[in-house]
Amino acid sequence: MFHRESGVFKTSYAADMALYPLPIAKWAVAAFAGLFIVIAPLTLGEYYISILNLILIACVGALGLNILVGYTGQISIGHGAFMSVGAYTAANLVTQLHAPFWITIPAGGLMAALIGAIVGIPSLRIKGIYLAIATLAAQLIIEWTINHVPAISGGVQASIQVPRPSLFGMQLRTQTQLYLFLMGFVVLAIVGTSNLVRSRIGRAFIAIRDQDIAAEIIGINIFRYKLWAFAISSFYAGVTGVLYTYYLGIANYEQFQLTVSIDYLAMVIIGGLGSILGSILGAIFVTLLPILTRWFLEDFGWLFFSQGDLLNAIPNLRLIMFGGLIIFFLVVEPEGLNRLWRNIRNYFRVWPFSY
Amino acid sequence: MRNWMTVITTAIATAGALALAGTATAQQKGEIVVGDQCDRTGATQIVGIRLCAAVQDYISLVNSKGGVEGYKIKADEIDHEYKVPQGMEAYERAKKDGAVSYMIYGTPHAQALNQKLVEDKIPGTSPGFGISASADGARYPYLFPMAATYWSQGAAAVKFIKDKLGGDLKGKKIAYVFYDNPAGREAIPILEDLQKTEGYELRTFAVPPPGVEMGAQVLDITQRYRPDFVIDHLFGRSPSVAIKEYKRAGFPLSKVMGLVWASAEADIEAAGGWAVAEGYHTMSFAGVGDDFPVRQDIKAMYKAQGKEPPKEMDDTVMYNRGLFLAAVHVEAIRNALKANGGKKPTGEEVKKGFESIHDFTLGGLVPPLNITPTDHEGGGWVQIYQAKGGKFVKETDWIRAYPEVVANAVKKAE
Repeated sequence: MFHRESGVFKTSYAADMALYPLPIAKWAVAAFAGLFIVIAPLTLGEYYISILNLILIACVGALGLNILVGYTGQISIGHGAFMSVGAYTAANLVTQLHAPFWITIPAGGLMAALIGAIVGIPSLRIKGIYLAIATLAAQLIIEWTINHVPAISGGVQASIQVPRPSLFGMQLRTQTQLYLFLMGFVVLAIVGTSNLVRSRIGRAFIAIRDQDIAAEIIGINIFRYKLWAFAISSFYAGVTGVLYTYYLGIANYEQFQLTVSIDYLAMVIIGGLGSILGSILGAIFVTLLPILTRWFLEDFGWLFFSQGDLLNAIPNLRLIMFGGLIIFFLVVEPEGLNRLWRNIRNYFRVWPFSY
Repeated sequence: MRNWMTVITTAIATAGALALAGTATAQQKGEIVVGDQCDRTGATQIVGIRLCAAVQDYISLVNSKGGVEGYKIKADEIDHEYKVPQGMEAYERAKKDGAVSYMIYGTPHAQALNQKLVEDKIPGTSPGFGISASADGARYPYLFPMAATYWSQGAAAVKFIKDKLGGDLKGKKIAYVFYDNPAGREAIPILEDLQKTEGYELRTFAVPPPGVEMGAQVLDITQRYRPDFVIDHLFGRSPSVAIKEYKRAGFPLSKVMGLVWASAEADIEAAGGWAVAEGYHTMSFAGVGDDFPVRQDIKAMYKAQGKEPPKEMDDTVMYNRGLFLAAVHVEAIRNALKANGGKKPTGEEVKKGFESIHDFTLGGLVPPLNITPTDHEGGGWVQIYQAKGGKFVKETDWIRAYPEVVANAVKKAE
């Protein structure tokens, strides 16, 4: 993740495909895991953990969307709706059958995968911006259905209260407990994705992205793999929805509207298409930037505004700064934060002995 | 490339360091924090920019008069763009800053925060929106609608229409036009319950979000259904669109009434001015107009500082609701301080403070509120106004209607 050999020394395919190209990479990952799994929850205050929790949830969704958009080259503006499918599936299972979380989370994911695969069928004939419109229709149809079918939505409020998950007989209540709970799923999502993209299926996705006709000619079943991409990606989205439901203690379709789909697309585009680290960076960027800009304005806004105007100025300036920074980072590096990070890393690869 | 890298890395590092340094500002002693989320930039900014400004003005007024029992109050406002994740972050932030009560903004946020408020023992308020069933303080111990819920609003609307149409609703036709989201649909069960006893005909017309196109619905209402009265339950931009469309269809606006979020000056102005909306009835859970001592006090406070009163004060509907909201919070804190002998109150004590608010009226701006441990709605009072000659003219004093029907619905909502 952080370290690279100073040249290309790989001599076998196995070495090329290895998750950890160098032993130090393994240690770096272990240190990172230790930092976030042990040290962060012990040292950070509840508020900061709650921000991390929002980021963790976003990470799962962004990873899933990146499988579809970044690796397979298909587009979806329906991921917010797939999340709501997962959320309501889980909420109904919990309230009606009292199912534990280790059933509801995969169940929510599978239901979303099923719906996602159905929505993905048009991708066989239409591409690019046209596919975007088809998935947009799915977003609106799913929203409408949840909003109007009481059997799914649980009544006019279209929201279902869900008790927090229990683990080993203990109900997860505090932000730190939820953090560790969510972290488990983020680790699973990262490991799952990084292995998926190295596998036969992942290579097929990449082939379809790069040139679908060529992929078909070399024997990849495009029909099957495009639907797989939609299903897997929607599975992640469904799991995100369930995690979000458990985090808030309520399933509510208003939390999964069109703007959410667009936020997630922003994450994968800003982070970097077709990269795992990029998805995570994107999730961090989109979740954290509004908060950071507000902190910044709260501390330095008085330099420019009177106290009375400040409250009005902060939210508006925050939007402007948020938009401005997105443009700034994309202009600096159109391929996203992941590419930016790689550039920084390449610069330091042989530092200080660069020629 | 190299230069870019250094610029970017230093920029990120400094921004992060500055932001972190800033949050560590020490909390002053003798200050009580009230969490306050707002939407000044999102879908409901038309409400937020006025309501939240009023909250701040009222708190400044209280502080300029020496605070509450010696404590200064601080309303920690955070904008959430009407998005739930941002709202959750705003709440956690307020909790970190030691908030003892919380002003929720938005129905989805009230639902998302419901469970957290109980876990953290912080009372939250959702005046005029949120979960109607939360009027039941036994089941929703830390959620305070503290003003008429959508159910009480629906009931009051039916009573008002009944009085307008001569005391009998049998065979009369009522149209309910609603924003097609959970908050919009919320009043339907009450209207259906009342239909059984009052015998009117009810038809509902959904306006899909974002609610800026309702020509079809209005034609359907005015040309085919031809109701005796219309209830508008719309939010954001849509109330003004509705008023415009009724006018265009030639439907008399004196046969239309808006529930509480379709009733501000801004809606009338966006619809094309007072001449267009002449006759339109509106419902409010706080007094409307300028003739309240608290508004004069705020103007005097600005004058004493040598400033003009803010332009938000030109609004007398949403601004007054902000005053109402802030005033009830301050009153709850005052009750808590009185009960615990002046120690800095906890969220639990402020909850009890809310539950001991009796006949608090703020010079007529607030209805005769009586919040109890079981009734967190405080009575469900509303006033009805009519747009007439360039301003809102009061039509009824504080009214509540069919409390037993509403109470039944609350009980049923298990």
